[in-house]
Amino acid sequence: MISAKNLTKHFRVHKRPPGFGAAVKSLFVREYETVKAVDGVSFTIERGERVGFLGPNGAGKTTTLKVLSGLLHPTSGEVSVEGHVPFQREAALLQKITLVMGQKSQLIWDLPPSETYALNRAVFDVPRERFDATLKELTELLELGDLIDKPARQLSLGERMKCELAAALLHSPTTLFLDEPTIGLDVAMQLAIRDFVRRYNQQHQATVLLTSHYMDDVVALCPRIIVIDRGKLVHDGELKGLIKAMDPDKRVSFTAAAIDDDALGKLGTVLTKDGNRITLRVPERELPGVVSHLLGELKVADLGIEDPPLEDVLRVMFGKSHEAAS
Amino acid sequence: MSVARVIKAMPTLLRVGVAETVAYRAEFIVWVLTTTQPLIMMSLMTFITREQSFGGYDAKQFVAYYMANLIVRQLTGNWVAWQMMEEVRMGTLAMRLLRPIHPFFAYLASQAAAIPFRAVIALPLAIILLVSSGAETLPHAGYQLALAPVSIFLAWLIAFAVMYALGCLAFFLTQATGIGDVYFGLFSLFSGYLLPLDLMPHPIAVIADYTPFKYMMYVPLQFLTRAQTVESCLHLLAGQAIWLVISIALAMVMWRRGIKRFESVGT
Repeated sequence: MISAKNLTKHFRVHKRPPGFGAAVKSLFVREYETVKAVDGVSFTIERGERVGFLGPNGAGKTTTLKVLSGLLHPTSGEVSVEGHVPFQREAALLQKITLVMGQKSQLIWDLPPSETYALNRAVFDVPRERFDATLKELTELLELGDLIDKPARQLSLGERMKCELAAALLHSPTTLFLDEPTIGLDVAMQLAIRDFVRRYNQQHQATVLLTSHYMDDVVALCPRIIVIDRGKLVHDGELKGLIKAMDPDKRVSFTAAAIDDDALGKLGTVLTKDGNRITLRVPERELPGVVSHLLGELKVADLGIEDPPLEDVLRVMFGKSHEAAS
Repeated sequence: MSVARVIKAMPTLLRVGVAETVAYRAEFIVWVLTTTQPLIMMSLMTFITREQSFGGYDAKQFVAYYMANLIVRQLTGNWVAWQMMEEVRMGTLAMRLLRPIHPFFAYLASQAAAIPFRAVIALPLAIILLVSSGAETLPHAGYQLALAPVSIFLAWLIAFAVMYALGCLAFFLTQATGIGDVYFGLFSLFSGYLLPLDLMPHPIAVIADYTPFKYMMYVPLQFLTRAQTVESCLHLLAGQAIWLVISIALAMVMWRRGIKRFESVGT
């Protein structure tokens, strides 16, 4: 279980305007400002949950993950992960958690990933048989092949990310902090990683806290999402609930020949019109009437009904949150 | 974080450390070449003493002193402070913090892994020392020769702990590498690296007694170049043991205070 109560993390940042004069002045007098990266965030995540952690750049997502994984001392508040206080970095906790940071390597840069794996096996005290079996499974699933024998610095971003994931999971952690784990991966590999994370979560009853700029990752993996903006929690609940609260209208897509714009305008708001392929925004209560009209009278083909994309929902949400702040 | 886990993991840590040293072989050789100051001092002092001795040292004794100096420097030098400063500044220390072994031991293994490679350089120097200075200028007592490696090992541990504490300054300063220059200046002065401490002005020799630098260089040099009684050997080792405890305590205090300020930048 993961819990955070009134978690805050502030950074003191040196502030200096550009220019030579300001540089000289900063030698003698320095101005600092306090950046509230995380500002009174509270949540609880039960064992086995998969939770998406979303927010715009600089919202405090990565800082929160770093506090939860014990890398940073919180400025105030209480944090508990699997019954431990993370910043105390007890071995019993480190044995149960992992943090994958897409932007940062945990592989030894000038050595092949196999050396990092051997190092992790030793420091996490993973029995040889279990290590070999896990590595074999990860090698097959992530299609690592001979990548693990090339120096990490010579791997592409996507190849490195696959090796990073394997390194992070070799000790079979039960809490996964995944910060942009699919960054740099092609679509096929993104899907493979999503499947893998879901399967890992189910097999190990592992708790997953995921941040990703690819909303498809979050939609596919996380029934629950936590949204923070400017360090404050702005939503914690089911993904469907968020979508319904922020943008309850449905997206109705279909293929139709020659429908004039006036007729379309009466059915809903036209979002896209690409040749014969049209997407409308339709209020949920009007959906049955619109669908029956499209199918019955207009004889449209390939009709699909979807929730709005998560990106759009978040754009609406952050827009509202920034309006409120200003 | 149990001692048993550290001991069990140590062979792998050392093996990976050796692989890293080999990977960085060009950088390693350059680093080794930067530790040749004793050769310059040896040339200077043997030139000065070609006709008469200086402060009780003749040319052969200076050769012995500086060759031994070079051996001790090769075997006890480490760059953990620079390694830590880089990792703190770039945020890559984060990955060490996620492993259930204290970074002190991980860094220790990484630095220890370079010793065999340094020994490859140090051993030929030891032979040159014997041949060029003549065996008669070197100590012969069996107990002293047996305790010399112990003294060198303690010197390495003290140097490591002091450099580890120095590396922790990176938690407090944005750019701490300049501190390294100050450190090297103090080390050169108070360790006997530049000149034997008994040739230094009296105040410097007295201050050196109260610094760890003397125990990182001058003390093992006493084992290698000057005949010692059993009592003086034990006295020198006791001094090193005390400084080892102090320097490890300092390193741990600096780490505990510093780690709270770690910002894990970079993402």
